[in-house]
Amino acid sequence: MHKILLIIQREYTTRVQKKSFIILTLLMPVLMSALMFLPGYLMTMDDNQTRTIAVYDASAVFLGRLENSEFTKFKFIPKEESQTVKNDLKNSSYYALLMIEPNFLTTKAVQVISERNIPWDVKSQIQDKIQGIIEKDKMAEVVKETNIPDLEKKIAATKTNINVETIKVGAGGEAKKSSTEIGMVLGYIFGFLIYMFIFIYGSMVMQGVMEEKQSRIVEVIISSVRPFQLMMGKIVGIAFVGLTQFALWVILGITILSASKNFYPGASHAQQIQNVMAQSQDATKQAATAQIDKMQEVFTMIDTINFPLLIACFIFFFIGGYLLYSSMFAAVGSAIDAQEDAQQFMFPITLPIILSIIVMMSAIKNPEGPIAFWFSMIPFTSPIVMMARIPFGVPYWQLALSMALLIVTFVGMVWVTGKIYRTGILMYGKKPSWKEIGKWLTYKS
Amino acid sequence: MELFSAKEVSKTYASQQALTQVSISVEEGTIFGLLGPNGAGKTTLIRIINQITAPDSGSIWLDGHLLKPSDISEIGYLPEERGLYKKMKVGEQALYLGQLKGLSRRDAMKELKVWFEKFEITAWWDKKVMELSKGMQQKVQFICTVLHKPRLLIFDEPFSGFDPINADLITQEILKLKKEGATIIFSTHNMDSVEQLCDHIALIDKSKKILDGPTSQIREQYKSNIYDISYRGDLNIETHEIARKYAILKHEENGNGNKLSIQYPEGSNSRELIKDLIDHVEIISFNEVIPSMNEVFIKVVKQNS
Repeated sequence: MHKILLIIQREYTTRVQKKSFIILTLLMPVLMSALMFLPGYLMTMDDNQTRTIAVYDASAVFLGRLENSEFTKFKFIPKEESQTVKNDLKNSSYYALLMIEPNFLTTKAVQVISERNIPWDVKSQIQDKIQGIIEKDKMAEVVKETNIPDLEKKIAATKTNINVETIKVGAGGEAKKSSTEIGMVLGYIFGFLIYMFIFIYGSMVMQGVMEEKQSRIVEVIISSVRPFQLMMGKIVGIAFVGLTQFALWVILGITILSASKNFYPGASHAQQIQNVMAQSQDATKQAATAQIDKMQEVFTMIDTINFPLLIACFIFFFIGGYLLYSSMFAAVGSAIDAQEDAQQFMFPITLPIILSIIVMMSAIKNPEGPIAFWFSMIPFTSPIVMMARIPFGVPYWQLALSMALLIVTFVGMVWVTGKIYRTGILMYGKKPSWKEIGKWLTYKS
Repeated sequence: MELFSAKEVSKTYASQQALTQVSISVEEGTIFGLLGPNGAGKTTLIRIINQITAPDSGSIWLDGHLLKPSDISEIGYLPEERGLYKKMKVGEQALYLGQLKGLSRRDAMKELKVWFEKFEITAWWDKKVMELSKGMQQKVQFICTVLHKPRLLIFDEPFSGFDPINADLITQEILKLKKEGATIIFSTHNMDSVEQLCDHIALIDKSKKILDGPTSQIREQYKSNIYDISYRGDLNIETHEIARKYAILKHEENGNGNKLSIQYPEGSNSRELIKDLIDHVEIISFNEVIPSMNEVFIKVVKQNS
C-alpha cells in the first residue's frame, strides 16, 4: 500500500509541476471566457461607420420615407444623378446605390449596387425598412376599406406569446416549476465534461504507460512493485491531476466571472435594475419588473434541480467512467511500442465514447426514451448518457442499477486489462495481434 | 551456505517452452554466472526470481524459505532492458527507486550521497536524465540497483554501455559488494568477465540447464589434453615419430624460441609426452591449455544443437 502511494505521488507531482500543465490550467479559463465574452464585446464595438446610401426611387413610393438610422443614411437622388453614381460608384460619396424600379409594387424587388458585398446588417436594415413601409401602406388601405375602428390595434392585439410552464411533481405531491431548457443545458455540460475528462486523461494514462515501456524503466520498477500496483498508481495519480485541474478551473472561472462583473458600470445587477426602475416611465417599469420576475423564475427553476444528487452523481460517473476507460487505455499503451501502432487498438475504445456523445444529444431531447434508458445502463456509455438524464430526474432504481453495473464492469475490466498490461509491458518488438493479446490473459503471474 | 535456489522450475509461454525443469543453487557470498545463448530462457528465470512472472511449476527459495513478495527488498535487479524516466531529475529518480525498494526517504538520501560521491557524480543530482550520456545513465542505474543493500543482486549484462574505464570501475564495485557479503547472479555474454568474476556457472540452452559447476572445474573438465611447449633444439617434426603418436596443432621454429602446441591421444598422459620429448629437445616451459569460457560455451552449445 505504501508503494502504491509513492507511485501515485510521483505520477501526480511530475505532471502537476510540468510547465505545460501550469500554462494550460491558467490559460484555459482565460480562453474560455474570451470565447464567451469576445463576440459580445465585438458586437458592441463594430459598425460605427457611417454609410450613406443613394436611393433612386422610380416608383416614388418611398420618397422621403426611408428614415436614417444611426449609421446608415439614405439620400434620394434624381434619375440623372443615379446614372453617374452607378457608373462611378467608387468616386461618388455614396456607399451604395439602392434602385427601386417603377413596377416595384408588383415585383417586390429592389437592387442594391455596391462595390463590395454589403454587410448583412445593412442589407437587413434596408429590407426591414422597405417591408415596414409597404406593410403600413397596406394596413392603411385595409383600414380604409373595412372602416372598422381601431383595427390596427386589434390586429396587433392578436399577437400572442405562449409560455408553457413545466411543473415537476415531487413525491409529497408538491409541485415545482421546472425548466426543460436548464435541464438540457446542465445535462449537456455535465455529459460533455465527462467525455473530455475520459479522453484527455485516458490518453495521458496511455502516454505514461508507453513512456515507461519505451524508456525501459518498467522492468526496474516492476521488480519492486507488482505491475498491477504500477498500473493503478498511474491511473489514480492521473485522476488526481485531472481533478486538480478542474478544481483550479472552477476557482479561476469564479474569480474571472466576479472580476468581469466589476468591469461593467453600475456594478451589480440589482443596482442596474434599481436604476432602471427609478428612471423609467410606467411601461419600462413594467418591463423591469417582468425582468426581475423572469430571473426569479430561473432561480426557482434551478432550485428544482437536485444539486447535491447531481454533483454526487457527476463525481461518481466522472470517476467511474474515467477508471473504466483509463484501464483500457493503459492496456493499449502496454501492448504497443510506438504511438503509430495505437490506432488499431484505440478504435474499440473511442467508438463507445463517441457513441455516448451522439446518444447523449438525443437523450437530452428525450431523457425517458428507450435509447436514453438502455445506453444509460450499458457501462461503456452510461457515464456520459446517464449524466445527461440526471437533471431531468431519473428513478433511483435506474440510477442504482447503472452505478452497480459500472462498478462491476470496472472491476472486471481492471482485472482483464491488468493481465494484458503485465504481459504487454515486457513485450518488445512486433506489434501483437488480438489473438496474442487474448493468450496473455491465460499467463500465470 | 546456500542463499538462493531454484528447484525444477518450468515455464511455458503460449507456444514456447521457456524453462524446463531448471534447478540452480547459489552459495552465499559468491558470484554465480548464468550463461546461455540469446533466447535460452535466462531472462525468464531472472524474471521469475524477481517475481515479475510466476513459474508454471517448481519452487524458488531464498535463505531457506520459499520466496515471498516481501523478499523484494532483499533483491536488487539490474535488467538488461533498463532505463530511467528521461524527464525526471537524477536525484529525485534515485530517491524514488530507492523508496520503492522499501528504503525510507531519509535512508535513501543518506545512501545516495555516499554513492554519488564515490562515483563522483554529485553534480548530476539536479540534472534531468535525458541530459546524461548513456554511460552516465548506466552509473545511476547501477547505484539504484545496489542502493538498498540487497542480499541477492542480479546483474543482467551490467557492462553494456560502459567504456573500459567505467566497466572496470563497475567490476571493482561488484567484487567489493561480494567481499561485503552480497550474493550475485550475473548474466552476460562477455565470457572474459565470467572468467574474471564468476565462482560458479550454469549454462542454459533451449530452456534446459546443460552445464553447471564451479568455473575452474568446468574449464578443467573441458580441457582436451593440449599442451603448449617451448623448447630449445631442433625438432624435425614432419618426419619425427612424435608426429605419428601425437596431434601437432601448431609448430614454430625460429631463432627466438621454438614453440609447439600438441595434443596427446586418449589413453596417454602428460608424463608420457614429456618422456617422448625430453630425448630430443630441451624443454623450457610446459603448460597445459585450459580452455577459455568462450571456448567452453561454444563447444557445449554446439554439441547441444
